[in-house]
Amino acid sequence: MKTSALVLLAGSLACATTGGDPPKPKDELPARFGQSTPREPELAITSTVGRPVPAAVAIVGATLLLGNGTRISPGTIVLENGRIAAIGPARDVVVPRGATTVDGAGKFVTPGLIDTHSHIGVYASPGVKATADGNEMTDPTTPYVFSEHSFWPQDPGIQRAVAGGVTTIQVLPGSGNVIGGRAVTLKLAPRTEARAMRFPDAPNGLKMACGENPKRVYGDTGRQPMSRMGNIFKMRQAWIKARAYRLSQVKYENDRKIWDKKYEAAKDGKGDAPGAEPLGPDRDLGLETLADAMDGKILVHVHCYRADEMLQVLALSHELGFKVTSFHHAVEAYKIADVLARENVAASMWSDWWGFKLEAWDSIEENIPMVAAAGGRAIVHSDSATVIQRLNQEAAKALYAGKRAGLKVSEDDAITWVTRNPAIALGVADRVGTLEKGKMADVVLWDRIPLSTYASAERVWIDGALVHDRGAPPVKWSDFEVGTSVEEVRP
Amino acid sequence: MIALTLLLLGAPGDLALVGGKVITVSGAVIEGGTVLVSNGKITRVGKDLPAPAGFEVIDCANKWVTPGLIEASTRIGVVEIDAVADTVDSAASVPDPIRAAVRMDDAINPRSALIPVARRHGVTSVVVTPNGGLVAGRSAWLDLVDGDSPAWTHAFWGPLAMHAGLDASAAGMSGNSRAMSILRLRELFEDARLYARQGPAFERNALRKLTTSRLDLAAMADVLSKKMPLVIAAYRASDILRALELAKQEGLRMVITGGNEAWLVAAQLAAAKVPVILGPLDNDPGSFQTLNSRADNAALLAAAGVEVVLSTEQSHLASNLRFYAGNAVRAGMTFEAALRAITLAPALAFGAADRYGALEAGRVANLVVWSGDPFEPSTAAEVVVVKGQRTPVESRQTRLRARYQKRLGL
Repeated sequence: MKTSALVLLAGSLACATTGGDPPKPKDELPARFGQSTPREPELAITSTVGRPVPAAVAIVGATLLLGNGTRISPGTIVLENGRIAAIGPARDVVVPRGATTVDGAGKFVTPGLIDTHSHIGVYASPGVKATADGNEMTDPTTPYVFSEHSFWPQDPGIQRAVAGGVTTIQVLPGSGNVIGGRAVTLKLAPRTEARAMRFPDAPNGLKMACGENPKRVYGDTGRQPMSRMGNIFKMRQAWIKARAYRLSQVKYENDRKIWDKKYEAAKDGKGDAPGAEPLGPDRDLGLETLADAMDGKILVHVHCYRADEMLQVLALSHELGFKVTSFHHAVEAYKIADVLARENVAASMWSDWWGFKLEAWDSIEENIPMVAAAGGRAIVHSDSATVIQRLNQEAAKALYAGKRAGLKVSEDDAITWVTRNPAIALGVADRVGTLEKGKMADVVLWDRIPLSTYASAERVWIDGALVHDRGAPPVKWSDFEVGTSVEEVRP
Repeated sequence: MIALTLLLLGAPGDLALVGGKVITVSGAVIEGGTVLVSNGKITRVGKDLPAPAGFEVIDCANKWVTPGLIEASTRIGVVEIDAVADTVDSAASVPDPIRAAVRMDDAINPRSALIPVARRHGVTSVVVTPNGGLVAGRSAWLDLVDGDSPAWTHAFWGPLAMHAGLDASAAGMSGNSRAMSILRLRELFEDARLYARQGPAFERNALRKLTTSRLDLAAMADVLSKKMPLVIAAYRASDILRALELAKQEGLRMVITGGNEAWLVAAQLAAAKVPVILGPLDNDPGSFQTLNSRADNAALLAAAGVEVVLSTEQSHLASNLRFYAGNAVRAGMTFEAALRAITLAPALAFGAADRYGALEAGRVANLVVWSGDPFEPSTAAEVVVVKGQRTPVESRQTRLRARYQKRLGL
């Protein structure tokens, strides 16, 4: 029908131009088919937890570790309407009338901690086959899957992470595939679906993986890749295809602009019929992901342990036109800390995990502070439902190992490794990651300096709403935990 | 005469750790205390003791001195890289799930690269624990001596304890049923008793068919005679009770390992005087046998009078034992109880408390000088003495760090 209508229309318009008849009425023009690759509508979601909007809170007289490498002590911070409404030295900040006041004397405040590498919800507790949803290991390149679609919002690990002061996480697909799929950045408010936990307007991540995992997963069953050269081939192949896809998209977008112009003109009777409507490439969810990554709309996160492999991936990114935002695990980042700093590529690392496989053999306890001391973007990540509960301690272990080795790193630097730096790597640093006026009120009150083993998060706010209170009667968020004998989340 | 003089004056390697906050664990904390070490043993512990002539003096002013830490559940020495099968000797991959005869001391490499990494954080002894199967085999005691010193050739001894499971993993190895696990264990005890009584008849082939091999049955003799504890992996409260019943019925010395839900049966564990080895960071329902995990498990058990042993249950990261203990304190355990749980308590659980786990004259000189509270990351283990010898503060990791620190000019 569409085709015949178009042909008829073209005929009549041709007639009109030659015969000097009056322009046809607009309603005789067919509807434009338009964008051939529609995307699912974004929900208008904010992850503001409090409903109604929580009352203003003022934490007065605490040491404020700002997450930007500095501190204010004693300082006062005011949370209002989901944002940080005021922050500064205690003597300068006026506590608004009606605000709940929290005595911060002797206590510490940090931005909500941010983990760039979590599998909470996609490898949920209990860890059984039924909850193993983090790796689509049916093909080594699956850029078309979204971790968000596996995420189980009832994972008991969510609440435990919040009790450790974590407010934002990136949930990644696993590392079984060379290209594992899209990662999603979530705020850890208890909700019934992953979409409602999305960090508003945060870019997706793309998970890639080097080294032993993909070659083992596929190689062990005689499939490709079974070697590191196979890994790199699969990556290159995928990005080359994506480049072609992106070019065809660009070509389509240009053609479409020209055609639309002609169409509008024809509607007004001012020109020839535009001819056949241009159609974009068939929608390919995988190539779309990679193409968006090439445009910087999706941030690339690469699981990579060895220094030489990180350098290979960097070379590949230059060859094929994408940017690596962060390497993950990166146990040999210290060997190329200067390169990572120069290339502005972050490294998301453990403080001390090592030895579970050969590519983790050269791990050192000073990896994180060496990346920092070289001017790079050091990040403490968890990759674990246990470690995520103690990111502050992991930062502390790394910090003091670095200090003992004579590296120039400070306590305030260490806080950036779990706040500002991961915020940058997730593309959300404009709204979280540091304590600044106007930023989202994702804030943690610690009972002592969080670089102590004994420190606990006393209270945690997300978007200004209190989501964890160590002193209050605990309520389990997860339906899964209803009926167990455990009555409280401690510490 | 010469030897006597040397002893009085101090021999090479004799140490005097002077003026520290000495936490003996078995007795009082001694501020300004001194520990004397000679011939691999602690010879004196006390306040204001002068350093004898000839002893190397280590100034411990403003330092803390504790017994060396003991990791009670690890594979240090029998694993190098988990994903490199050639380097893993902790689990015997044989069809029979009963591997009682297996001894970890037959496989230990006391020059493993894992050892200096743990030792740098104050771990001086470990229980090298077999895994896999229903009965995994027998553990060994390993002192983390300097692998480059002559001491490495006699760093370990065993067999130490028998290790078995009544957990999901053991059930998976015995017909996928807990009922089958316990059935096979009872059968093993019965046959081991028969074998002990009727060994000659077995050799003449004049006995009924026995459940497992001759060597496995022979290995069970020390368990039956209570010379050796039976360490049972059990996480679910009901599995722990089954284990306690087994201990009572068979008359065993038992230790529970795992124990996530032990707090639910704390009174029974205390009454049975059965120690529990547990991981203090296990606080989530990671499996259906740990649905009631909680961070204050250790604190609740200690309060109920159970001998708690804290463990990382890790090998490469046994270095974190001190932080695990610190987190147990954060969850309500006292500092004293947590330190005991990584020193004297594991020594007690494995029948080595006469020689390890406390700073007392006559014990093996395994001790650590800390720059402060050992559970804090800002604190370092500055001196680590194992079997009376100061150990190097280096590891392969510190050498790699130094190499690249220099290369990058950091």
